[in-house]
Amino acid sequence: MLTFIVRRLLWTVLVMFVITVVVFIIFFKTPGVDPARAIAGRSPNPQTLAEIRAQLGLNRPFPIEYGIMMKKLFITRDLVSYSNQGVRVVQEIFAATPATLSLVFGAAVLWVVLAIAVGIAAALLKGTIFDPLLMVVALIGVSAPVFWVGQLANMISQGGLHGTFLFSWVPPLGYTPFTQSPALWFKGLVLPWITLSLLYIGFYGRVLRANLIETQNEDFIRTARAKGLTERRVLMRHNVRTSMITFVSLFGLDFGALVAGGALLTEVVFGIHGVGFLTYQALTNLDLPTIMATTVYGAFFIVLVNALVDIGYAWLDPRVRPT
Amino acid sequence: MTAETLLEVRDLKVSFRTEDGLIQAVDGVSLSLSEGETLGIVGESGSGKSVTMMSVMRLINDPNAHFEGEVVYKGRDLMKLTRDQMRKIRGSGIAMIFQDPMTSLNPVYRIGWQIAEQIQAHEQISKRAARARAVELLTAVGIPHAAERVDNYPHQFSGGMRQRVMIAMAISCNPDILIADEPTTALDVTIQAQILSLIRKLKNDFGTAVVLITHDMGVVADLADKIAVMYAGRIVEQGDRRDVFYDAQHPYTWGLLGSIARLDRPKPRRLSTIPGLPPSLLRLPPGCAFGDRCAHRFDRCDERPALLAKVGDGHLDACHLDIEKKKELRETTIHPELIEEAK
Repeated sequence: MLTFIVRRLLWTVLVMFVITVVVFIIFFKTPGVDPARAIAGRSPNPQTLAEIRAQLGLNRPFPIEYGIMMKKLFITRDLVSYSNQGVRVVQEIFAATPATLSLVFGAAVLWVVLAIAVGIAAALLKGTIFDPLLMVVALIGVSAPVFWVGQLANMISQGGLHGTFLFSWVPPLGYTPFTQSPALWFKGLVLPWITLSLLYIGFYGRVLRANLIETQNEDFIRTARAKGLTERRVLMRHNVRTSMITFVSLFGLDFGALVAGGALLTEVVFGIHGVGFLTYQALTNLDLPTIMATTVYGAFFIVLVNALVDIGYAWLDPRVRPT
Repeated sequence: MTAETLLEVRDLKVSFRTEDGLIQAVDGVSLSLSEGETLGIVGESGSGKSVTMMSVMRLINDPNAHFEGEVVYKGRDLMKLTRDQMRKIRGSGIAMIFQDPMTSLNPVYRIGWQIAEQIQAHEQISKRAARARAVELLTAVGIPHAAERVDNYPHQFSGGMRQRVMIAMAISCNPDILIADEPTTALDVTIQAQILSLIRKLKNDFGTAVVLITHDMGVVADLADKIAVMYAGRIVEQGDRRDVFYDAQHPYTWGLLGSIARLDRPKPRRLSTIPGLPPSLLRLPPGCAFGDRCAHRFDRCDERPALLAKVGDGHLDACHLDIEKKKELRETTIHPELIEEAK
């Protein structure tokens, strides 16, 4: 198992290297595009362009160019944004990370707990009216767009009903760091958490239900019953445990994608200045250094979480473990 | 037999509601099993032998299933027990092993854990003690290096070894009855023989009564004390092993006997088969269910034959044919090659 983990992590490093090369090629070696012009932002003067070329070594051979870029991204971390007047990009991303992590972690807790509850409830109630009912509610959760749910939540909690006891506790939009005020951090994130997790509760609930029902017919579930285990134990230790394999691998992918900036819509709607928000701003300003840095950051995070998922998967399912 | 009756199935009927209509999977089956006895239930796929024993264990969880009849185990009708009372009997009083050992064990747990789980479900016992017992059991069923293998996962075992693990699990709480549902069907022939001799050994060592479900007369030939032959959800012949093998009364039993390749007789040019397929359980004929496939069908076969003791005590059959006539027909049906030789 240990060698598996080490191997998997080494593999991760290799994948990350390939990603940086690919991202670099896309941003700097696309034929017909002058990267200096793209980086300089809107209507640059020749002086700035020359400065950028010199700084990033754009006239030098490819490996050196790549090396300079990576040095600026990972070692000196002094890649600056031109459309955003000299802001250091890497530091900006690191500053935005806690907000995104707070949002995604909280939502993940909500969605895992509730999706398991919904999935098990629906599977147990199969054959009654509640199963299709739950599944329709879940489907609505999946179909409701985040920006719509978010705006609706804002409209109600910040607008019309803010005066009533129901929503008077909701602070103004934005993110308060945990270190500043844990209470405010929590209050400000409740609605974003719910909004973001809604889709995943619905989706994961449906996936788990399907897996549970499929597993119910497996021979080993029959064996578990024939052993004289309680129904509860058959369900939790045999059926749910085995069905969680799909759930966990999906979770890793979604979680990684969200931390990598996928929570963009939620962050924008609720004014949370996280990585998604940063990406959104960079995209609207065509701020190339920031876009590139968030892309690399996002890719790194997804690759890292994927490695963790693979390790978790091997822990859950002994059949994929190397012997 | 002086031994006490352990299990008695009385007029068990199991039907399933389906979109096409009612399927009568088991149609009035009565069986009894005494302590330490081995009962072989033989029949083709779909003859209701598995459903009968699954119903005894109350393992059929289908809301469309309907059960009638009694299953008396040690004086209690299992059909009337609460779910929790029934749970306590499963695994400790009556244990069951299944056809496909490749899928019958949970792939994500160590086998020792799975055996210990069953012991702990029925006994107040520490984890360590349960695990130690698992190792003993694995040794008893012939798994080499059991102390190390106890921590392996099912996929690290071969099919035959997995069936041994299943058997170890089944006997872990010293059950009175072991139901083996086609325990050797998914295994290759040499392994089949090993598993069967293991079952025999355990039966002798622990005095467990065994119900052996199979479609292979060869499997019950030297293991069973009594044999019940099932066809289309009914028992067509029932009796002591010797009676069923050497004095078979039902043409279906003849067909089954004829389809065994025997080494102690002249080699037939072709192994005989029973023509046709079993009838649909949705629309059983009103008369003898085997009628359409029977070479000796006559007028009375349109009337459903009752399962009666015609040739002797304890040897029952459901066939209208005359006993004397059967004697003639039997040899030619089971061994057509004898006639060819005579020619």
